[in-house]
Amino acid sequence: MVEGVPVEQAPVGGGFPRARVVRLGLTDFRSYDTLSITTDAPLVALSGDNGAGKTNILEALSLFTPGRGLRRAELGRMLRHGATGFSVFAALDRGGCEPAVNLGVGLQPDPEGGRATRLCRIDGDTVSSPAAFAEYLRLVWLTPDLDALFRGPAGDRRRFLDRLVLAVDSGHGSRVAALERATRSRNRLLEEGARDPRWLDAVEREIAELGIAVAVARAETVTRLAGLIARARNNDSPFPDAGLALEGETDALVVQHPALEAEDVYRERLRNERGRDRAAGRTLFGPQASDLVVRHAPKDIPAGEASTGEQKALLIGLVLAHAGLVRSMTGHAPIVLLDEVAAHLDTARRAALYRLLADIGGQVWMTGADPALFADLPEGSLHLAIAGGTASPRI
Amino acid sequence: MPKASAGPEIERLIQLLARLPGLGPRSARRAALHLVKKREQLLGPLADATRAAAERIVTCSVCGNIDTSDPCAICSDQERDPRIIVVVEDVADLWALERAGVLNARYHVLGGVLSPLDGIGPDDLNITGLVGRAAEGGVEEIIIALNATVDGQTTAHYLTDSLRHLPVKITRLAHGVPVGGELDYLDEGTLGAALRSRTAF
Ligand SMILES: [Zn+2]
Repeated sequence: MVEGVPVEQAPVGGGFPRARVVRLGLTDFRSYDTLSITTDAPLVALSGDNGAGKTNILEALSLFTPGRGLRRAELGRMLRHGATGFSVFAALDRGGCEPAVNLGVGLQPDPEGGRATRLCRIDGDTVSSPAAFAEYLRLVWLTPDLDALFRGPAGDRRRFLDRLVLAVDSGHGSRVAALERATRSRNRLLEEGARDPRWLDAVEREIAELGIAVAVARAETVTRLAGLIARARNNDSPFPDAGLALEGETDALVVQHPALEAEDVYRERLRNERGRDRAAGRTLFGPQASDLVVRHAPKDIPAGEASTGEQKALLIGLVLAHAGLVRSMTGHAPIVLLDEVAAHLDTARRAALYRLLADIGGQVWMTGADPALFADLPEGSLHLAIAGGTASPRI
Repeated sequence: MPKASAGPEIERLIQLLARLPGLGPRSARRAALHLVKKREQLLGPLADATRAAAERIVTCSVCGNIDTSDPCAICSDQERDPRIIVVVEDVADLWALERAGVLNARYHVLGGVLSPLDGIGPDDLNITGLVGRAAEGGVEEIIIALNATVDGQTTAHYLTDSLRHLPVKITRLAHGVPVGGELDYLDEGTLGAALRSRTAF
């Protein structure tokens, strides 16, 4: 299911091909007419007033992975007012051994006036989907809308988990989307009172194959992430360890049975529960009913019961651990996008964050309203002031 | 509606061209202009070819292929292996497999795939015809070459179930067809590899 052999004991920092955005160019994207940032810094901090467009820059970077980016917005919403298309260009430096690569993503207007389409390019060639970027870079991000993750609905945690899986297993996105379509097909057949039971059997067979594949991929990622957190345990870290577990009947199924057997059990359950699901108007059994259960490990309490500050620290720790997992499993030190994270941390915690990020060895782009937040950036960082649609270095 | 800028015959040509897949009003105008300019070399021969095709085209009553004879050229070809039937979603997939040129078999065009969300059920597809052909005898293997989409795979499960009672080996395309991949967009090498390494259902 996963791509690459884990390289758990590989040297920190230098041993991985790094991907660093050395030039970022935006055209007609959100608040930007044109914007060009050139840097070779491992850490780029963006400061400026709320609404100045800091997060837009992170969002532009987040388009180099499947999905709708870190705001989960429609691409059409990312157009600058009055524009019909946008483009985001990123020149990647991949260290000494690998050639540099130019990536582009954009919304291209249809000259015939039809729907605009997403365009993905690698070194001037069009590629069919943003999944192709995974060969060159991986992205990990943390945004303020995840602040309520541990107290919010299970659906938010499932989506968070599926993003974690996607970063190490680039086929996961299409697998989840396929499961969703197959499940909707079954719900429709149940609702219509299927005349042909063989048809329902066929749909359920497809659901079982996809559902088990989704559950297995999630279980592998959670197990590896939990293992990595356990190995890196450091009680002095300001970012407490998270205890992770998957809770759900499908998750238990893939632990108890080999995949093929699990599919049989799954199909049997779907067949037996047609009446119940018809009454409910949806399919109750499956990975769509799972939850990612997170605990504050040092205090041994559910994450949702920790204080707001502790939850934030826990989440940062989880995202950092995930970045480490992405590096060890894919061989790519990821690009980490941290939106409004610095403001939650005091000077000591920020320093600890910078150290941990440097250990991962990728590139970090972070935002914060107050420039003073970034007064203590490590040597070699770039601090840009964002205002009026431009980015200028702070001296 | 913008005012017509050409005579009714040319406007009609543009309107019809604009209904072709991949051609919007703008490219239809460009194509029409090109045809009109190349009246001798292109417009006349195209008109003749279009008329001839329109008069003679039929759907093959055996396999569902589109051709100018019934049975179609593939079904009538004595050189083809009668023991193998390749099941495809539509004629475009049949053409893609013929271009790959790795099989010397006959086909069966379903005319779509099962899709509850689009209201397409078993009765809308040419499934009875397939089961009938398989039951006639002489068929040893049925290769299900449907797209690796949810609907394509669900249809494959359905067909496997519908053919189970017959002494026919059922196989499907193997590696190299990505999830959500559409046969028509695969290159010939990938298609060939997928066909050669087909696996039993
Ligand atoms: Zn035929």
